[in-house]
Amino acid sequence: MTASDLDPRLVADEPRLRGAWAGFRRRLGQGELGTVPIVLGIAIIWLIFWFANDRFLSADNLTNLVLQIAGTGTISVGVVLVLLLGEIDLSVGQLSGLAAAVMAVLNVQHGVPGWLAIIAGLLTGVAIGALQGFWVTRFRIPAFVVTLAGLLAWLGALLLVLGDTGTVNLSDKTITGLANTFFVPLDAWLLAVVVIALYAGQKLWDRRKRSAAGLPVVPLRLVVTRIVVLTVAALATAAVLAAGRGLPLALVIFIGLVVGVDLLIKRTRFGRHILAVGGNAEAARRAGIKVDNVRLLVFTITSTLAAAGGILAASRQFAVSQSSGGSDILLNSIAAAVIGGTSLFGGRGSAYSALLGMLVIGSIANGMDLLGVESSTKFMVTGGVLLLAATVDAVSRRGRQAAGRA
Amino acid sequence: MTESAPLLELRGISKRFGAVQALTEVDLQAHAGRVTALVGDNGAGKSTLIKIISGIITADAGEYWFEGRRVHVDNPQAASALGIATVYQDLALCDNLDVVANLYLGNEETSRDQLLDETSMEKRASSILTRLSVSIPSVRTQVASLSGGQRQSVAIARSMLGQPKLVLLDEPTAALGVAQTAQVLELIRTLREQGLGVVVISHNLADVFEVADTIVVLRLGRQVDVLDARQTSSGEVVAAITGAGSRNDQHPVEVTEQ
Repeated sequence: MTASDLDPRLVADEPRLRGAWAGFRRRLGQGELGTVPIVLGIAIIWLIFWFANDRFLSADNLTNLVLQIAGTGTISVGVVLVLLLGEIDLSVGQLSGLAAAVMAVLNVQHGVPGWLAIIAGLLTGVAIGALQGFWVTRFRIPAFVVTLAGLLAWLGALLLVLGDTGTVNLSDKTITGLANTFFVPLDAWLLAVVVIALYAGQKLWDRRKRSAAGLPVVPLRLVVTRIVVLTVAALATAAVLAAGRGLPLALVIFIGLVVGVDLLIKRTRFGRHILAVGGNAEAARRAGIKVDNVRLLVFTITSTLAAAGGILAASRQFAVSQSSGGSDILLNSIAAAVIGGTSLFGGRGSAYSALLGMLVIGSIANGMDLLGVESSTKFMVTGGVLLLAATVDAVSRRGRQAAGRA
Repeated sequence: MTESAPLLELRGISKRFGAVQALTEVDLQAHAGRVTALVGDNGAGKSTLIKIISGIITADAGEYWFEGRRVHVDNPQAASALGIATVYQDLALCDNLDVVANLYLGNEETSRDQLLDETSMEKRASSILTRLSVSIPSVRTQVASLSGGQRQSVAIARSMLGQPKLVLLDEPTAALGVAQTAQVLELIRTLREQGLGVVVISHNLADVFEVADTIVVLRLGRQVDVLDARQTSSGEVVAAITGAGSRNDQHPVEVTEQ
C-alpha cells in the first residue's frame, strides 16, 4: 500500500522530524491537546507564585509541595483507573482514612509491627474494593450509589476503629519513615540517571524492534529530543531536591505508582481491556473480555491505592484522626485526574494525569498558603481551575468532533 | 459453475419464538469461493438464520452441515471453532482504541514478559489489511476517526484474524455512502477471490447484484427461491421477496395465542 492509495482526506504523519512536527501542530489544531495545556498551566502557576513570593520555587518549598501531593496523588492514580472504566469511586477519601486508622490502631494500641500494620491497612483497601466492586457488578447498582454508601459507611467505620481516643499519634519508625525518609543528594542523582537510562533504553529498544520488523518508526531525532527533555526534567528535579533535604521516599513511591499504573494501562492485556470496557463495554463483551472481572479488579486496585494514599498522608502527619481522609481529599483526587486530562466518560486518560493534575492543585494550595491567602479564596480558585480545565477539554473535544475524532 | 460440495449446508431449519414461527424448514447452501446473498423483507427471518449459523441461537429442528460433516453449533465458540466468522451490523468496535487494538481485542498477543507484543500485532494487522486492500492512513489511527466504510473494513478484517472459512456479513453496506459502499463490495470480492465462503445479508439489491453469485430469497420465514445472480433480473428478485405473482403463495403458520 503506497501513500497514493490513501484517501487524500486522511492525513498520515510523514516520516522524518519535520513530518512529526507538522503532525503535532495538526493534532493541536484539531483539539488533541494532550498534555500541552496542563504543562503550560503548571508553568504559568509557578511563574505567578514565584513573582509573588520568590520562596515558592526554593528547594525546601518544592520538597514540601512534593510531600503535600504524594498522599492525595496516590489516591488520584486509583481514581484515574476507575474513570477509565467510565465509573466513579466516591469512597476513596474516607477509605484512605479508614485504612490509615486500621494501621495506626493495630500498631499503636495492639503493638503490631509497623510493616505488618501497613500491610493490614493495604488489605483493608483490597477487601473494601472487592466488596464494592462485587456489589457494582453483581447487583448492577451504579458505582456512584454503591461508593456513596461506602463513603458514609467507611466514615462510620473510621470513628468506630479510632474509638474514644479520636486521634492516634504515630511514632513507629517504619510508618513515619514513609513520608520522612530523604535520600541523600548522591542517591537523588543516581536515581535520576537510572530513570533516564531506563527510559532511553526502552525507547531505543522499541525502535530497534519495530525497525527490525519493518514497521514505520518514530524519527530518531524525535526520540533523542524526548530523551533530552526527560533528562533535563529529571536532572533539574534531582538538582532542586538535592539542594534541599534530599529525595523524599514519598515521591519515589508516588512516581513509581504512576509509572507502574501507566505501564499496566498501556502495555498489558488487562490495561487494554480496561480501555476497551471504558470505550465500548458491549464490544468488549463480544470480544470475549470478561467485563465484570475487569470492573471488579479495577475497583479493588483503586481502593488499594486509596489505602496506600491514606497511609502516606498519615505518615506525613504523624497521626490519624477523625478527620483523616475527609475534607477535600476525595474532591481533590477526582479533580486532579480530570484536570490532568482523564475523561469522566471512560476510555480516555492516563496515569500521568494524576501527577500533573495534582501538581496544579498542590501548587495552587501551597502558593496561596505561602502568600497567606484565606481558605475561602483557595477553594474558589481551585474550583475555577477545575472548571477551566474541563472547559479546555470540552472546547478541544468540539475541535476533535469537527475533525471527526470525537 | 462447479457443483462442488457446499461449505455450509442447512437442511430444514425451523425456529419458533413464542407465538412467532420465525423460520420454517429453510434450506441454505454456501460454497467456498462464492458469495451467497440472503435477501428478504423485514421479518423474513434473515437475521434469525444468521444467528443460527453463528451459534447465537439454536434451531428447533433441522440439520447443520459444515464441510460435509453434520455438526451441532449451539454457541458462538462452536461456530468460530468450525471457521465461521460473523460481522454484525453494529460493528462493536472501541472508538477510543486504534485499529491494531481493535483487531486484536480479546486476543491480544503478549511477549514472554507478559507485556503486549505491539510489534508483532502491528505487523500482522498491517499484512491482513494490505491483503484485503483496505486503505487506512495508519494502523495506529483511532477507530473514531475512520469513515463508515473503513470501520466496516476494520470489522471484516478483525473477523479474518481467526482465519475463517466462511464469513457472515450482516448488512455490510447499510448507512454507507457511494464510495464507501464500493470499498466494502471490493473487499467482499477480495474475500471470495481468496477462496472464502461469504454469506451477505442485504436490503440493497444493487449491492447484491454487484457481488453475489447466488441469491437466496426468504419470505415470511420460508426459503422461497434460490437464484443465480447472473441469470436473473432485479424484477424477479423483488417479485420473490414480495411474493407478487407467486402462484402457490404459502402463508406463514401463525399460532394464535390462547
